[in-house]
Amino acid sequence: MKSHVLSQLRSLEAESIHIMREVVAEMERPCLLFSGGKDSIVMLHLAVKAFAPARVPFPIMHVDTGLNFQTVLDCRDRWVDRTGVQLVIASVQEGIDRGLVQEEPNGSRNRIQTPVLLEAAEKHGFDALFGGGRRDEEKARAKERVFSFRDDFGQWDPKNQRPEIWNLYNGRVHQGESIRVFPLSNWTELDIWAYIEAENIDLPDLYLAKEREVVERGGMLYEVNDFTPLKDGETPQVLSTRYRTVGDANLTACVESTATTLRDVVEEVAAVRLTERGATRGDDKVSEAAMEDRKKEGYF
Amino acid sequence: MTTTLPETGSAPEAHEVVSGDLLRFATAGSVDDGKSTLIGRLLFDSKSIFADQLESVEQVSKDRGNDYADLSLLTDGLRAEREQGITIDVAYRYFATPKRKFIIADTPGHTQYTRNMVTGASTADVALILIDARKGVVEQSRRHTFLATLLGVPHVVVCVNKMDLVDYDEQVFERIRAEFTEFASRLRVPDLTFIPVSALAGDNVVTRSENMDWFDGSPLLSHLERLHVASDRNLVDVRFPVQYVIRPQQNDARDYRGYAGTVASGVMKPGDRVLALPAGLETTIESIDTADGPVDEAYPPMSVTVRLADEIDISRGDMICRPNNVPTVSQDIDAQICWMDEAASLVQGKKYAIKHTTRWARAMVKKINYRVDVNTLHRDEEATEIKLNEMARITLRVTKPLFVDPYQQNRQTGAFILVDEATNKTVAAGMIGGPTRSY
Ligand SMILES: Nc1nc2c(ncn2[C@@H]2O[C@H](COP(=O)(O)OP(=O)(O)O)[C@@H](O)[C@H]2O)c(=O)[nH]1
Repeated sequence: MKSHVLSQLRSLEAESIHIMREVVAEMERPCLLFSGGKDSIVMLHLAVKAFAPARVPFPIMHVDTGLNFQTVLDCRDRWVDRTGVQLVIASVQEGIDRGLVQEEPNGSRNRIQTPVLLEAAEKHGFDALFGGGRRDEEKARAKERVFSFRDDFGQWDPKNQRPEIWNLYNGRVHQGESIRVFPLSNWTELDIWAYIEAENIDLPDLYLAKEREVVERGGMLYEVNDFTPLKDGETPQVLSTRYRTVGDANLTACVESTATTLRDVVEEVAAVRLTERGATRGDDKVSEAAMEDRKKEGYF
Repeated sequence: MTTTLPETGSAPEAHEVVSGDLLRFATAGSVDDGKSTLIGRLLFDSKSIFADQLESVEQVSKDRGNDYADLSLLTDGLRAEREQGITIDVAYRYFATPKRKFIIADTPGHTQYTRNMVTGASTADVALILIDARKGVVEQSRRHTFLATLLGVPHVVVCVNKMDLVDYDEQVFERIRAEFTEFASRLRVPDLTFIPVSALAGDNVVTRSENMDWFDGSPLLSHLERLHVASDRNLVDVRFPVQYVIRPQQNDARDYRGYAGTVASGVMKPGDRVLALPAGLETTIESIDTADGPVDEAYPPMSVTVRLADEIDISRGDMICRPNNVPTVSQDIDAQICWMDEAASLVQGKKYAIKHTTRWARAMVKKINYRVDVNTLHRDEEATEIKLNEMARITLRVTKPLFVDPYQQNRQTGAFILVDEATNKTVAAGMIGGPTRSY
């Protein structure tokens, strides 16, 4: 007799597909937030699977900070070509030029993405935005709903979230309100990697180790490139490194690693003892409260 | 069909490193019974805690003048909120062992308790109930167990915690076990297990306790790893709520018409005779598709796309089942509900939106039969309104037929939510033909 037990990855996949189909069936105009990082790529891969053989029935939106690794843009374009999905680009640089947002002193465009994103979402009339957030990322996220409600300013209201019982999601909103949907809520970093390996998902090569010229700053390793040039008095070294997250190219650090294949990465992630954000995001080191604040502003 | 698909590996199951299945459990306990410590211990001992998280816990513990790292801080984003009086919610935690991945729905025990517990238990395979060995079975233990059984959680594990504070005394454990078993016998608990633990010291959490050699059961983690949950799923009654119709408007798949959905229960195979509701028409399953190709069977909780041999008019909210095994088709629903809205109460005569599987309709509260006191299980038949965290038995009249099964037979097709049409908030969880038994 067959066991009729679904493996954990297939269970997670089935749940994510269920969520995406539910959103497409119930919301007017969904859109997938695509950063080019592994989580948003997994989301897009799941969207492709959820609606096959039809094309993904919603656009993806890239909030372009202008601080992109080229290989991330290349990977994005490969996905667009291959899946025929519609790509919407919201430009932060253009937002700066128009005076919608102002450059932050530390050069991070992480925070000023938010108004750009919200403006684009409003312009296109998106009422549901898929985000790649996972509950295991940090404590503030553990209580995040799969369907997360935003007021008409796009802001998260912690006191006004709906209970989620069984898999009966309620996406009803009033005119002007919207939801964020997190189909990967129940995935962990290891699940994501194991799935990427199992499905052989196309990622930017930043995620794999190779020899990079790097410089150490505040305990973090930054590649020496146009975004993070060498400063006076710094000595670069050549190390085998890879990226664990992909954010602004001027602020994302890499870690020492010899994981040159997806299998190596899975094994490394299974053994590693540091959270992703703790390891590589210069701008996220601030505090857990910072995360909560950004969520309230509508970033997530 | 491959044209829109990114290249995928062959037979994905073959090279998955993350093996094993998924187990969801909900934890329940009164404040200070040691729930956070126990979860922290499970995460820590299963090495699901990262160094930077541990560092921050150690730092906070030191700042507070503690001698040891307080593991409860690992999960306790909630304590601050508790003090500030912000709504307390279910928090989800994750850990994995080589055997299984675990999802914990951590439901804090407070005024919002019933709502949180119902939410956490709704998808749980196991309810983990904590009891302080010094206090024994208290009112809340009964309430937690009642809610777990009402929500159809098939396994209940009672952790008698803080055994270190009662000298690891077998008598204390046995007394609690006897008392608990006695009242649980009046509920529908299919599988009940007791484990004496010390969350703080680690006895019987991950490793077998040397302090309690009188206990011959498994430590908590091995018990959870070995628990057989596959047979809990309903594999008998085929229920496939249609979620979305896939009809590509593309040249490469012009004639494709598939019904996408998640198998709620039963096992479906190509060639099976099926009946579509509400149309009432019979046809045959031509193929069960996934993006990785057709499969020879589909079972819960798989998300698949079903193609049928005949063209029948089927849309979202319809249900596919077997001709000789159909759900009840009804507009009159008798259900146990838990009210979840703080702003307004449920009152007789009021109308709500109802969502059952993938089907939306409107429902009017025809009658509040009685309110159940979740602590005493006393029934108040005079009740005219149901407030936050209260449970009641009600009768609804729905604008169109729903395809339902009793909740205790089918947790998918026996469940619904009510939504306030003015605020759009989810205001109630409903279990159809819920149990009428009491203790
Ligand atoms: N002696 C002892 N103390 C415990 C045990 N488990 C928890 N505690 C303590 O009981 C208190 C409450 O624990 P906590 O985990 O915060 O309880 P919660 O409110 O249920 O999450 C804390 O001071 C813990 O250190 C145990 O097994 N033995």
